[in-house]
Amino acid sequence: MTRKSRRMYVLVVAIALLASATALVLTALDDNITYFYSPSDLKTKQVTVGRALRLGGLVEDGTFEKLDGGLKVKFSITDGAETVAVNYEGILPDLFREGQGVITEGSLNEKGEFIAHEVLAKHDENYMPAEVIEALKASGEWRGDEEQITE
Amino acid sequence: MIAELGQFAIIMALLAAIAQSILPLIGAERLDSRLMAFGSQASLIQLLFVFLAFGCLTQAYIVSDFTLVNVAENSHSTKPLLYKISGVWGNHEGSMLLWILILAVFGAAVAAFGRNLPVTLKARVLAVQAMIGVGFLTFLIFTSNPFTRLLVPPENGRDLNPLLQDPGLAFHPPMLYVGYVGFSVAFSFAIAALIEGKVDAAWARWVRPWTLTAWTFLTGGIALGSWWAYYELGWGGWWFWDPVENVSFMPWLMGTALLHSAIVVEKRNSLKVWTILLAILTFSLSLIGTFIVRSGLLTSVHSFAVNPERGIFILFLLAIAIGGSLALFAFRAPSLKAGGIFSPISREGGLLLNNLLLSTACATVFLGTLYPLFMEALGGGRVSIGPPFYNNTFVPVMVPLLLLVCVGPLLPWKRADLVGVLGRLKYAGLATILAILLAWYVTEGGPFLAILGLGMAAWMLLGTLSEWADKIKLFRAPLATSWQRMIKLPGSAWGMTLAHGGLAIAVAGMISTSVWKVEDVAVLKPGETISVAGTDYRFDGVRELAGPNYQAVEGTFTVSQNGEFMTILKPQKRLYNVQKMPTTEAAIHSTFVGDYYAVIGDQVEDGGWTVRIYREPMVTWIWFGCTLMVLAGFLSLADRRLRVGAPAGKRKQGKREQKSQRNAAA
Repeated sequence: MTRKSRRMYVLVVAIALLASATALVLTALDDNITYFYSPSDLKTKQVTVGRALRLGGLVEDGTFEKLDGGLKVKFSITDGAETVAVNYEGILPDLFREGQGVITEGSLNEKGEFIAHEVLAKHDENYMPAEVIEALKASGEWRGDEEQITE
Repeated sequence: MIAELGQFAIIMALLAAIAQSILPLIGAERLDSRLMAFGSQASLIQLLFVFLAFGCLTQAYIVSDFTLVNVAENSHSTKPLLYKISGVWGNHEGSMLLWILILAVFGAAVAAFGRNLPVTLKARVLAVQAMIGVGFLTFLIFTSNPFTRLLVPPENGRDLNPLLQDPGLAFHPPMLYVGYVGFSVAFSFAIAALIEGKVDAAWARWVRPWTLTAWTFLTGGIALGSWWAYYELGWGGWWFWDPVENVSFMPWLMGTALLHSAIVVEKRNSLKVWTILLAILTFSLSLIGTFIVRSGLLTSVHSFAVNPERGIFILFLLAIAIGGSLALFAFRAPSLKAGGIFSPISREGGLLLNNLLLSTACATVFLGTLYPLFMEALGGGRVSIGPPFYNNTFVPVMVPLLLLVCVGPLLPWKRADLVGVLGRLKYAGLATILAILLAWYVTEGGPFLAILGLGMAAWMLLGTLSEWADKIKLFRAPLATSWQRMIKLPGSAWGMTLAHGGLAIAVAGMISTSVWKVEDVAVLKPGETISVAGTDYRFDGVRELAGPNYQAVEGTFTVSQNGEFMTILKPQKRLYNVQKMPTTEAAIHSTFVGDYYAVIGDQVEDGGWTVRIYREPMVTWIWFGCTLMVLAGFLSLADRRLRVGAPAGKRKQGKREQKSQRNAAA
């Protein structure tokens, strides 16, 4: 075994590994990226029914209601311009409130309602997800740049 | 006054660090022993001042000195003492100071324990260590000063985020930081070696214990964080592939590779260039881990306040540290002499494959974590990458590594006979098949892949045990002989067996809890019972109670199995007085076979309460396995051969060198 042939072996193994990892990454990226949508995006862009996505905005005042004795909830997410109804089953994060920024993960059903399987919990009173800020800015609903970016 | 003393102390520490990063380097170049020795003195001075500053900040928290912005924003006079103290690092500025403190402790430790290091190497290591210190002290003083005063102090503070008021905060960040920062020593050694242009077995002997220390603490820190995220509802469970988790995991993967490749340098004087590169990459990932989330570039569940000025400073620091060290590497590495050669099937080959797999796995995590950033920079819109991505990339890369965990240690150095080695694992193989059948029977024909996964964990454990039995000639020699051999096993051999065994146990726990977790949500009135996975939970009602700084509603569940009483669970829902923020405290009953996990939600109109019950099979195995790995790290550290730092022959030689250098300098 010479130094050269050892280097060959290492190189072959390394390249094989890299190639398979790249293949894995590319296929996984294709299937597992979750895009972020604001309510306006959802209305204007074509979204496949059942495709996993994230929807973010403000929980619209006066839209929150409990169904089926409290396990299922329904609320609307707005970016000021458009509004999307969201259905969710499960316990909401502690800081979930009307008027607060929120990100939900789920998919659209045939009726154009959003079925969330996850409502993301955040740490802080004044927390506003960066995605939501952008969505609000895009729709001209953003007020103030003060301390809201703290997470 | 105390705060001004702290301010003064960090400035003094910065001055000491600047001197320490320049003078010993010049000394090492000119073989001036006084300048070189200054490195050790300066590192102690630096530690003293940083410690003083940290003490001042801690004091300000304990006495609730709200004239400091940092204390006013993150503390409150009614907070329990434990959280006043751990609150010191529960915010950006304080956690930076803790980071710098640990860096200074490591620098001083190299100075104190590195008596047998060649003087030039020691001087250069301390200088590089100080350069890192200069970067972060500057960052602290100019962008994140914890001692900034308020002109009009408030009557009371804004309190620490209630979610962070948890014993987890007292231990998780410090342990994690000891891990992150500990790799700075390996980094400094690597840079010093590049400057010297010399890497040998002795170098690896000095680097290994430091790397092992860092790795041990990082393992502990990640495990603690994972446990904290598990019992804190809403943080995504024991592992969520959140950017913050990923950035702590990447240095762990690289550090694990480094730990293994350093063995090859030490024992066979081979893979030197690669090991240097790993040391640089591991610490670079630690830096990225600490700072990229802070810079606000990545959205994550737990990053601190964002400040654009800081972000730019951080990127600048990262660019200098990582770019500079890689440039030095590219420039100097070709001059390092290549070492011994080996056949692909050999211990060296096995360790190299381990390294390649770990680096590839790390690369997939890196890509998944930073991909959203690239996408956004290229105008591809906002995306997020969740667990499925990692399940399809990271896991397939790790599987071969896990399968080979118990094969590698059986391979002899230089050239091995694979058939013979596998022959020595035949009993482990047979037992693995039995374990797979057992898993299939117990789970009543669960998912095929999950059962194979459990089989893999069993193979890792059984193979590791059989290698251990092989080493002490169990059942092949009289028991007394085996016993003798066993007590004579060096600590590092025990460490290897324990670490690999612990990994097997942790993997078994991860697979079980991911696949067989059961979750149920219901609305219950007092007296009603819900049955989850064969266990009955009777809801006995709620009561109100007051904590030191919160009000709580506490539910009571009587848990029983087949009519037999098991335990009582008391989950709480708290409302913190100052920030008016609600938190949910889960109640967990842990057993060997699984956890019983109960959460109470809100009251609904008809008097019922929403409750959530989880059954997490074998979840504690994850942390038990990690605990074994941490123990393994300490056991290896206690190994005399490592502690001495260099083999006796080399040490004498080193002293001779020191003497001749001293003479030359004189």
